[in-house]
Amino acid sequence: MREPAANETALGEALLAAEDVSLSFGGVRALTGVSFDIRKGEIRAIIGPNGAGKTSMLNVVNGFYQPQSGRITFKGEVRKSMRPYAAARGGIARTFQNLALFRGMTTLDNILAGRTLKMHRGFFWQLLRYGPALREEVEHRRRVEEIIDFLEIAAIRKVQVGRLPYGLQKRVELGRALAMEPDLLLLDEPMAGMNLEEKEDMSRFIIDVNQQYGTTIALIEHDMGVVMDLSDRVVVLDYGRKIADGTPDEVKRDKDVIRAYLGETH
Amino acid sequence: MLYREVGQYKSSYAADMAVFPILQDRIGIAVILVIAYVVFPLIGNDFLLNTILIPFLIFSLAAIGLNLLTGYTGLLSLGTGAFMGVGAYACLKLTTIFPHVNILIWVLVSGLFSSAVGVLFGLPSLRIKGFYLAVATLAAQFFLEWCFIRIPWLYNYSVSGAIEVPLRTFMGVPMTGPTATSLTRYLAVLTIVVVLTWVASNIVHGRIGRMWMSVRDMDLAAELIGIRLFRTKLLAFAVSSFYCGVAGAMMVFLWYGGAEAEVFAIDQSFLILFMVIIGGLGTLIGSFFGSALIYILPIGLRLIPGNFGVPIRPAAAEQLTFVIVGALIIVFLVVEPNGLARLWQIGKQKLRVWPFPY
Repeated sequence: MREPAANETALGEALLAAEDVSLSFGGVRALTGVSFDIRKGEIRAIIGPNGAGKTSMLNVVNGFYQPQSGRITFKGEVRKSMRPYAAARGGIARTFQNLALFRGMTTLDNILAGRTLKMHRGFFWQLLRYGPALREEVEHRRRVEEIIDFLEIAAIRKVQVGRLPYGLQKRVELGRALAMEPDLLLLDEPMAGMNLEEKEDMSRFIIDVNQQYGTTIALIEHDMGVVMDLSDRVVVLDYGRKIADGTPDEVKRDKDVIRAYLGETH
Repeated sequence: MLYREVGQYKSSYAADMAVFPILQDRIGIAVILVIAYVVFPLIGNDFLLNTILIPFLIFSLAAIGLNLLTGYTGLLSLGTGAFMGVGAYACLKLTTIFPHVNILIWVLVSGLFSSAVGVLFGLPSLRIKGFYLAVATLAAQFFLEWCFIRIPWLYNYSVSGAIEVPLRTFMGVPMTGPTATSLTRYLAVLTIVVVLTWVASNIVHGRIGRMWMSVRDMDLAAELIGIRLFRTKLLAFAVSSFYCGVAGAMMVFLWYGGAEAEVFAIDQSFLILFMVIIGGLGTLIGSFFGSALIYILPIGLRLIPGNFGVPIRPAAAEQLTFVIVGALIIVFLVVEPNGLARLWQIGKQKLRVWPFPY
C-alpha cells in the first residue's frame, strides 16, 4: 500500500541502534544479544510470537529496563543507564499495549499533559495563571487542537477518557504521544483488540504521522497484514533472540520465521 | 432553562480554558463573594461568624491542602493535623521573635515552614505509595505531636504548655488576641481563604495540576511523558503542607485564640481526610462541601431541638446529632462514592438540560 518511498528513507542514518542487548530477570532471559537499528524516517516493525521479548525491547529503548549488557546508541550518543523521563527529554514517545492513559482527566488534559516538557513557565507564574503562563497554555492548546483535528477526536475533547470506548482511548493515547513531538515513536500493539474499521483508521494515522511529520516509528504488532503493509523493515524476535531482520518480503520468506510462527515440521 | 451555556460562544482558547467558562457560574461566584464580604458582616452576630463561618473557612482551607495531595496527586496522608500544627507553632515563634511584623504576613509565612516539614516527610513517597505511604505520614504525625508537647521552646515555655496568642494589631485594629472582634478575624480569614483558593485553582488548572493528576492516574506513563515523579510528588507535599500550615496558624491565631498540642492530634488528620473524601477527591469545591457537611451540619442539628421546642435533653440531642451525621455520611457515600462535588456536577448537568431528562 505504501509508496516505495521506503527505499529513500531506508538510506537514512540510524536514529537508534541497539547492539548486543541482553536482559534478564533473575534467571529468566528476556533478551539475548539482540542487535538492530532504527533509521531516521522509517516505520520499523518488531514482531514475534508471544513472549518473544518485543515489549521488553521497547522497555529497554525507553529506559524502563536497564539491560545487563549491550549498548544503545540514540541520536549518535551512547547511553548508559537512563530513566524514562530522560528518554522523553531525548525525544522518545511511547504508547502501551494495554493503555496507560490518565483515566481521570479529559482527552484535552491528557494530550496537554503530553506537552509538559515543552512548557517552561515557572511555578510563580503558574500560581497566577496570568500573563505568560496563560499565553503559554493557550499556545499549547492550539497545538493540541491540531492533533485533535488530525486524529478526529474533536467530539470527545472534554470527555473523561476513562469513559471512552477502547478504540478511542487508543487514539487519545496516540495523541498524547504525538503531543510530545517525538523523534522516535514507539507503538506497542496499536491495533490490539480493534475491529477492521478501527484498524484501518489507526493504520492511516500511523502512515500520516510518518509521512506528514516525518516521525520515525517503531511498532509491535500481531496483525501480519498490517505489519507487512505499514512497515519499511521488520525485525523478528523469538525467545529473546533476533531470528530475522529485513524488508517485509524478505522476512516473510525467511525459514526461521516460518518455523517460529508455524512450529517445526518433523 | 436558566442554567445553560447555549448562545455563549467562545471565540478564543483562553475563554474556553477559563476556570468558569459559563456566565451563570461567574455570576454565582460573584454573588457568593458579595454575600461573604457584605451580607454576612452586616447581619452576622458573634455566633455566626465565630462559631460557623471562621472554622468552616479554616477547615475548607485545610481540606483543600489535603485534597491537593490526596485528591490531585494520589498520595494518601495522615499527617494533616501535624502539618497544621507546624504552621501554628511556626507562627507563634515568628511573631514572638518579630512582634512588629504584621501577623497576617506571619500566618502566610508559617505555611512555608510547614512546607519544608512536609517535603521532609514526603521523601518516602518516592518508594512507597497507598496505605504504606499513609503509615509513613502517620510517623510524621506522631513525631511532630511529640515535638509540640516535649519542646517547651515551641510554646514559649508557657506554664500551661499551650499556645497563648498575643495581641497583635494591624493599623490600630486588634487582629489577634482576646480583644480582636470576630468581624476583623472573619474578614482576615475570608480574604486569605479566597486568595489561596484562587491560587489553588490556578495551580490545578495549569501545567502543575496536570502533572499531579498524571502521577495520580498512571505514574509510569507520567514518567514517560517527561515528568520527574519524585520532584512532582515533593512539590505536591510542599504546596499541600503550605495550605495546611496556613490553616493551622489561622485556626489558633484567628479562631481559638490559644491551643494545646491535642488540637493537632491524629483526630484532626482524620477529620480533614473525611472532609476531603466526602466532599470529593480531586475537586476544590468538594473541599468546601466536605467541610460544610462535617463541621456545619452537626452545629445546625444541635440547634434544631432548642429552636423548635423539641422536648429532648441536651445530652440526648448531642448523641442524636452524631447518629444522624454518621448516617448521612453513609447515605452520601452510598449514593455517590465520588463525593458531594460529583453530586453537585450531576445536579448542574440536570439543570442544564432541564426540562428534558437528557
